[in-house]
This record gives sequence, C-alpha cells and structure tokens, in this order.
Amino acid sequence: MKVDLSAVASVAPFLLSGLLFTIQITVVGVAGGIVFGSLLAVARLSPNRLLSAFATAYINLMRSIPLIMVIFWVFFLVPWAIGWLVNHGRPVAVGASLTIYATFVLFEAAYYAEIVRAGFRSISTGQYAACEALGLSRFHAYVYILFPQAIRNVLPILLTQTIILFQDTSLVYVISATDLLGAATKIAQRDGSLVEMYLTVGVVYFLFCYAASQLVKWLQGRLAYGAR
Amino acid sequence: MISISHVSKSYGSFQVLKDCNAEVARGEVVVICGPSGSGKSTLIKTVNGLESIDAGEIKVGDFLLAPRVTHMAALRRSVGMVFQSFELFPHLSVLSNVTIAQTKVLKRPKAVAEEKARALLARVGLSAHIAKYPAQLSGGQQQRVAIARALALDPEVMLFDEPTSALDPEMVNEVLDVMTSLAKQGMTMICVTHEMGFARNVANRVLFMDGGEIVETAGAAKFFNAPASERAKAFLARILKH
Repeated sequence: MKVDLSAVASVAPFLLSGLLFTIQITVVGVAGGIVFGSLLAVARLSPNRLLSAFATAYINLMRSIPLIMVIFWVFFLVPWAIGWLVNHGRPVAVGASLTIYATFVLFEAAYYAEIVRAGFRSISTGQYAACEALGLSRFHAYVYILFPQAIRNVLPILLTQTIILFQDTSLVYVISATDLLGAATKIAQRDGSLVEMYLTVGVVYFLFCYAASQLVKWLQGRLAYGAR
Repeated sequence: MISISHVSKSYGSFQVLKDCNAEVARGEVVVICGPSGSGKSTLIKTVNGLESIDAGEIKVGDFLLAPRVTHMAALRRSVGMVFQSFELFPHLSVLSNVTIAQTKVLKRPKAVAEEKARALLARVGLSAHIAKYPAQLSGGQQQRVAIARALALDPEVMLFDEPTSALDPEMVNEVLDVMTSLAKQGMTMICVTHEMGFARNVANRVLFMDGGEIVETAGAAKFFNAPASERAKAFLARILKH
C-alpha cells in the first residue's frame, strides 16, 4: 500500500471548511453549554424544590443518554415535533447545522452544569455569609461574588470538558454533516485515500487537543489566588 | 439601640440559645465572652439575621427581627459584620472589596464609593495596599480590609465575631487598635472575643455566656474584678491563669 500525502494538499480547502464547522460547533457548544449549564447549576442549588428537581432530572437524563442518540433524536424527532405544534402535523425542516448546534448546547449544558455546581460547592460558606451580611441581593451575590469564584475554581475542568466536546463533534457524521471527520470521510470514499485522510484528521485532532491540554496545565499554575 | 428579648434557638434537639436577653445602648461597646460552644457566635449572628431564631425578638434601631422574618435588606444595611476568617472576596482587589457593596447595595456612584473606600482604607492604615488582592496581604491586613468593607455602608452597629482568633499573635494588636479607635469614635459594637485585655480596657459591659445562656451581664471592671457567678469565676480562672 502506498501512502500519498500529496492527495491531502489538493483537498485541503475542503478539509479546512470541515475543520471550520468543527470549530463552530465547539464554540457554540462551549458558549451555549456554559451559559445554559450555569443556569442549570444555579437552579439545581436553588432552595426552590421544583426548580431544583427539574434541573436535577434534566442533568441526570442528559448524562444517561449517549450523545449519538441525542443527535439522532433531535435530528429526526424535532422536525416532527415542531410540525405537530405549528404546521398541522407536517414536519418542518430544521437543517443539519441548527440541529447540531442545538444538540450540543442542550447536551453539553448537563455536563457543564455539574462542573459549575462543583465550583459553587467549593466556595466556603463564609463567602455566602459575607454576601448576606453586606446586604447583597442573591442576584448580585451570584453575579459578582460567587460565579466568578466558582468558574475560577473549576476552569481547568471546564477546559478539559471542552476538549472532550471538541472530540465529540466528530459524532455528527451520523447525520452526514461535513465537519472535519465528515469532510475527510467523503474525500476518502471518493478518492480511495482512506489512510491519508484519516491520518491527516487524526493529526489535526491531536494537535488541537494537545495544545489545549498544555493550556490547562499552564492555567493551573496561574490560577492560585495571588499568583503572579 | 439593640434589644434582644427572650431569644431561643435549637439545632434539632440541641438548644444553642436559651431565653437570651440583652440591651445595647447607642455608642456602647459590649463584649460577649464564654467557653467555646456556649453560643456566643450564634447569638451575635442572630443580630444581623445570619442565624434565624426560633423564639423571641430582636430590635435593631427601628427594625424588628422575629422568627420567620425573611426580608432583611434594611437590617443588613445598618449592621456591619466582621468574621473570624475575614471572608474577603479573593477575586477582587482590596479597593473593590470595599466598594462592591456600596455600588450594588447603596447604589452609590463608583467615584463616590471609591473615594469613601480610599478614606476608610487610609483610616485602617492600608493606603499602600489598595490595588493588591487579599491573598497578597497578611492576616492582620486582611482583617483591617474587612473592617473597612463593613464600615463602607455606614452601619450604625458593628458586629465582630472573634476577629482576632485566626491571626498570628503579632498581628492581633493592629486589629484591636482599629477596633479601639472605632469604639472611641462612638460606634456601637458587639464583639465576641477572647482578648480579655480589649474587653477590660475598651468594653463598657461584658456578657458572659455558658451553655447557651447569658449567665452574667456586668460592667467590664466589675466583671473582671468581682464576677458574680461561679461559672464566670471558673471561666476567668481558666483563661487568666497565665
């Protein structure tokens, strides 16, 4: 068998567009996931039992289902669900990209929620008491005092989860989306260059994840309070 | 100024406060002392609602605190508190620690809040450390920032919950000096402390607690020279032995 890496150069633009979509999914998943996940974490820690029970149920449900199933369900069932709600039962096309963004936000939020919750739990109860004693409202206390500390306490874990999310984006191949792996697969099948394509893609995933894990390491050293 | 009447509190079957009664006049400095586990910290935390009460009532100025009162914004504004473990906000600079409640709770403009913070930090001798973060300061300096943070809301009453217990011995005095000057300026203060020198020299009165009860209330001089109750005598004998 001959490995011909020049085959990669000619399709580089297509692979790059795939990589771009992979990065877009990651960015949307991280941003939406952390925002929604933080709200879920606050809800789960809330003294309001109903809110807390809902958040707990959502988180446990999402964490018990494989991502690949969630992608399938959202892709195949949501058009029917929307159609049933607004369009007299005819399914409404949602589009692969939108499906994927929504899925990653909804799914990753459950994981980010648990990480952020751990961040809140790692803050001493004295900090909560100090907020109360100063008369800060619950909203102000969370936004200005507690949330910044919670995120800082778990930043390395948040980044680690983000690396996992980046790798998980490859699962969108199940609905034939053209992310990095999807693009490579399509080329590989067209040109019969399986080895070259999967080797290239593997190296790209590795480089991104390795760089990110080095960033985590560096951050851990920097994050101690008062470290310079 | 403050009146605590018939206050009781239990954790499950364990009663931490038993029918506590006390009055604190405006400008008065009261020290609460007693063996550990006697309910001192719990009592002082009921005064600003950090600990709820099961029975009785507490009046702070015009504010009436009773069991199941939950809206305490007005109370928190008029009562400042200093904690044993400082509880400064570690992600904020010294200056921001002292301005945050001013801008968020009192809605003071940022410039006004910062001017106030600078003045207070100068008063506790920390002008040189305004831009630093809490972790870069010594324990004594952190506790002085915490005092400035509480004073920034112009409280009518200051509560000190063992403010020097977490400090290295050489830093105790810098904090006690700030508290003493505050007392001299007429601040109404309730202090839980083991610093008997401070109690004797600065406090107007001493509340002695044991087993959740206020066993004895006396002028500071009288309490140290001629305690009335056997429990207070035994306590003083134990802590003043050396």
